[in-house]
Amino acid sequence: MRSYISRQLIQLVVVVFGISLLAFAILHVLGDPVLLLLPQNAGKEEFERYRHLLGLDQPLYVQYWKFVSKAVLGDFGKSWYADTPAFRLVIERMPPTIYLTLAGLLVALLIALPLGILAALKRHSWVDSLCTAVAVAGQAAPLFWLGIMLIIVFAVRLKALPASGYGTWQHFLLPSFCLGAALAPITMRLVRSGVIEVMNMEFIKTARAKGVAEPVVVIKHAFRNACIPVITVLGLQFGQLLGGAIITETVFAWPGVATLTVESIRNQDFPVVQCAVILLALVIVAVNLVVDLVVAVIDPRIRTGA
Amino acid sequence: MKTASAENKLDLVARREPVRAGRTEGATLRSLGRLRWGLAAGALLLLIVASAVFAPWVAPHDPLAVNIRHRLAAPAWMEGGATAHLLGTDQVGRDLLSRMIFGGRVSLVVGVAAVLLSSSIGVLLGLAAGYFGRRTDWTIMTLVNVMLTFPFVLLALAVIAVLGPSLINMIIVLGVAGWPIYARVVRAETMAIREREFVMAGRALGMSHVRIIFRQIVPNLVSAIVVIATLQVAQVIILESFLSFLGLGIQPPTPAWGNMLGEGRVYMLNSWWIATFPGLAIFVTTLMINLMGNALRDWLDPHMKL
Repeated sequence: MRSYISRQLIQLVVVVFGISLLAFAILHVLGDPVLLLLPQNAGKEEFERYRHLLGLDQPLYVQYWKFVSKAVLGDFGKSWYADTPAFRLVIERMPPTIYLTLAGLLVALLIALPLGILAALKRHSWVDSLCTAVAVAGQAAPLFWLGIMLIIVFAVRLKALPASGYGTWQHFLLPSFCLGAALAPITMRLVRSGVIEVMNMEFIKTARAKGVAEPVVVIKHAFRNACIPVITVLGLQFGQLLGGAIITETVFAWPGVATLTVESIRNQDFPVVQCAVILLALVIVAVNLVVDLVVAVIDPRIRTGA
Repeated sequence: MKTASAENKLDLVARREPVRAGRTEGATLRSLGRLRWGLAAGALLLLIVASAVFAPWVAPHDPLAVNIRHRLAAPAWMEGGATAHLLGTDQVGRDLLSRMIFGGRVSLVVGVAAVLLSSSIGVLLGLAAGYFGRRTDWTIMTLVNVMLTFPFVLLALAVIAVLGPSLINMIIVLGVAGWPIYARVVRAETMAIREREFVMAGRALGMSHVRIIFRQIVPNLVSAIVVIATLQVAQVIILESFLSFLGLGIQPPTPAWGNMLGEGRVYMLNSWWIATFPGLAIFVTTLMINLMGNALRDWLDPHMKL
């Protein structure tokens, strides 16, 4: 177990290093911050002076070291736009994003678990076909379009729910359903194939032979074992779930990290963009690590490498 | 959920059912049915592609022709609609149907070009990782992990913000961001094929590495690559539309499904059709590509382990 954890930790460090390099490269290699900061008609000396002032005339590795050694302490520089530390801006916007992600996950599970189990038990019936058809369609629907359609139907036509904003539980309904509906198809398929696989195993036959009631067989024996691949994949999918949350936020004007990032990109406020990108990546990496450990605890085959 | 490139792969995993000895009659019929669906989807897709290619001849109006007197006209079947504008007009009176037909060009060009780019990068790196193993493998797979940890959307947003929005930049960003999924699959397959007798025989005969890789290994990977690439086109189209939707992709007045959807969002209170139809176009196109990709997988290799 200990060597398993240390292997995971080493990989985590490498991934975080890679992401910091990526975030640094985006600004310093692809673009020139000075060009973005100064007006276009500024003179050549002005550019040079600014470059020196910001330390941009130093070699790239020196700049990277400075960037990282500050970033580790939570100093990502000041926002070029709002004159507040970028780190504080991003941290303030983190809770809404996390709530939305969790709510979306919950909705996805509420849809996917019952339907996935049902489809697996009634395999090749019309229920199964219907679930598969809905899943295929659901996977093709662009999230941002789905969000707008939800707004048109529930907010504009029926006037039942708020179209955008944040605060009450009503504000949560449309965005979390939108995000959940996007994640549900893949989850449902995983649950379905997981349950089908488990239902063919010997211990299910044993349980039935012992005279265990069918609902107990399904819930206690089959479903629990089918959970392992679902948890693993959902964990791996967390980054994508967060990506979905980013899209959902921009559609529903949700005051999370994503709307902040998009605003900052529009304002060319790069310290904030860098900070948001790195912090989101850290969240994803942390969640992946936790999921790995949880799965290792549930499933002894993984930690022993069998 | 549409944000992910890793998703297609998961999708394929999810659809994999436990392999049984001998296919039953039912299974064969079902796969035939899927094939028929795939053909139908392919035909419809061909229609969409053709209308985009021949847009100047197919479109009833000039997509850029402004007509303020007929602005926000409803679709033909609704009250206030005219047969001249089948799907209505947008906020400056441009014909929505014509803009949609022309808008398809952007999505299809970006989708295909980005996939060509990312599959080239991914296949080469995957071959290198799988064939040479050891440090090459470790380096490439770490890079893959970094990329997969990171939400694709966020990466694309950040890079576009620095490079500036344009057709070429979008192809480059989406192409460079999409390679890890190919690398992962190609690596796994290469590792398996490398151990087969015909590769050993080739090596014993003194074939060079390059010749073994491209003459013996690559031909065995073609069907897997084709299937992933097909499914990836749909993902890229959705991502491209999202970037254009945010105003970070194709710039107005050039019509693209994404920016039409973005412009239509402002008018969704009274003119729902402006946002609805371009989104429907994205939805139908990606759905057809997915159906075709699934059928292609069944047809090329029913037991493909992706």
